[in-house]
Amino acid sequence: MKRSWYATPYALWMLLFAVVPLLFVCWYAFTTPEGAFTLSNFQEFAKPRYIGVVLRSLKLALYCTILCLVIGYPTAWFLAGRGFNHAQSLVVLILLPMWMNLLLRTYAMMTLLDDNGVLNAALEALGLGKVHVIGTEGAVLMGLVYNYLPFMVLPIYTVLKKMDYSVIEAAEDLGCNPVRVMTRVVIPMSVPGIVSGVTMVFMPAVTSFAISTLLSNGKLRLAGDLIDYIFNQSSSPNRWNIGSSFSLLMLVLILISIGFLRKVDPDNEGGGMW
Amino acid sequence: MKRIAIVLLVALLIAALPIAALAEADKPFAGTEIKVYNWEDYIDREVLNIFEEETGCHVNYVTFSQNEDMYTKLSTGAESYDVVIPSEYMIQRLIKEDLVEELDLANIPNLENVLDNLRDPIYDPGNAHSVPYMWGTLGIVYNTDMVSEPVTSWTAMLEKQNGKIFMMDSMRDTVAIGLIMNGYSLNSDNADELEAAREWLLNQKDSNVVDGYILDQAKDMMAGNEAAMAVMYSGDALYAMEKNESLAYVIPDEGSNVWVDGMCIPKTTQNKAAAECFINFMCRPDIAQMNMDYIYYSSPIKQVVENLSEEELASTAMNPTDDMLARCAYYVDISSFENANLYDDIWMDVLM
Repeated sequence: MKRSWYATPYALWMLLFAVVPLLFVCWYAFTTPEGAFTLSNFQEFAKPRYIGVVLRSLKLALYCTILCLVIGYPTAWFLAGRGFNHAQSLVVLILLPMWMNLLLRTYAMMTLLDDNGVLNAALEALGLGKVHVIGTEGAVLMGLVYNYLPFMVLPIYTVLKKMDYSVIEAAEDLGCNPVRVMTRVVIPMSVPGIVSGVTMVFMPAVTSFAISTLLSNGKLRLAGDLIDYIFNQSSSPNRWNIGSSFSLLMLVLILISIGFLRKVDPDNEGGGMW
Repeated sequence: MKRIAIVLLVALLIAALPIAALAEADKPFAGTEIKVYNWEDYIDREVLNIFEEETGCHVNYVTFSQNEDMYTKLSTGAESYDVVIPSEYMIQRLIKEDLVEELDLANIPNLENVLDNLRDPIYDPGNAHSVPYMWGTLGIVYNTDMVSEPVTSWTAMLEKQNGKIFMMDSMRDTVAIGLIMNGYSLNSDNADELEAAREWLLNQKDSNVVDGYILDQAKDMMAGNEAAMAVMYSGDALYAMEKNESLAYVIPDEGSNVWVDGMCIPKTTQNKAAAECFINFMCRPDIAQMNMDYIYYSSPIKQVVENLSEEELASTAMNPTDDMLARCAYYVDISSFENANLYDDIWMDVLM
């Protein structure tokens, strides 16, 4: 038996649950409810409110990615350090929240951030006064970062862990100060991990839904919420067609972003995810 | 004597065995199942156990949070349900689109128990397709500690209060408020009237008075003193008021919505007789009482209404006066309206 045959179950699975549904989405996106070809479904999204939702999604996903990188990179660097013996257990701790369902985590977040919630109770006890977080863009951003941070830490950690330490020692021997070691050696060598992490955070963040609705009290909805609304609640007779065309647009948007990232990491060393 | 007694007892036991077995088999729907699709938080689950006990029919219970969600699930026909409990305007639409069965009222004798004014409703003449489950109104719940004036008008939702203000995450109910505030019917099909409603709602949104558009969280937020004011259904209002004495409920002077949720049998049913038995069961006074005590909505069952306490009778949320009801209206199905898409369009503008 040829070795490639071992992937048959996966190939079948993908065919049935990824390729075929995608074909359906394409079909609906370019047809009317009666089945005639049309491009009018896409015209719908020239409306300002949709553009506003997409821009908001892009903005929040971008902020989320930057925050995850700023928090995640030092964490990964610390974990991958040579002198650190408990890396494995800490990695498990980072993964721990992901053992719980995303919705549950978000509900917990609501309780934490609430005006009379845990966070504010703690701040009050410290005499710092209350902060109003829930219902703001900041709350949504915190929810996104909380949910997607592990996706940033892990690929960077993997790359840093595999890095040859003699390279760093060589740089030090040749007179680099610690800052230059970081900027000239470590960071350039970990680009594949960064690219992988950025992709894995940005993509789900830009299409995320529910997190935004719940943490903003229904005030700030993202592209994912919009698609959800069109499919599930809209009373329009061509809701499947419009919803599909919007899904397709988001897909193209994501493909373009990945294209950009590929330019940064042409050899695709970041764990070979994409 | 003692021996005779023992022998008799044993004989009795032996005789009783097949009777007990028979009784088990006698349960009319033993071994069958029905799937009931109802609003979230809208039943005392204990009644499902009682139903299973009495009929042998297993109840597979699932929930939705909006009529529109329910419609999507039902109309695609992907899943089959035996009993659904939507609101009156949605029932009207389901009847129009031939998605619900005609009921065999001979199997639902307890329809007799339903209040006369809720029998033979305009949305379903002769109760041919639906039997009322609960009814109520739409209004404002406010915290008397945070809002000074007694609230009487929807305009209170335009003013900053000493606390958060929540609108509803529900298309019909939100657009209705916009229409009412401009003096129009909450079932308007006039583009100009709907545009006026849009303007009112967007003004309200842009003025940053509203802290959000939520549904089920509202009652807990009001109960927990986390909000000053929220648009709510009467039963949720009662639930919150039960937990927090500072809360009050008002049906604003400009008018509002009165609604009925009715039990229907979708065309996809696999077990219509058991479904009718379930509807009949839900109209039994003791069961209706259990449900009302649990979810705080007003039951349409006569015997339950006769049992209301003084306090309940005086409650605007449980028992609105005829005056209040006179300024309320049912929603009608808008799906065949010329401007039906405007409702959707306005709602998207508010939400997105």
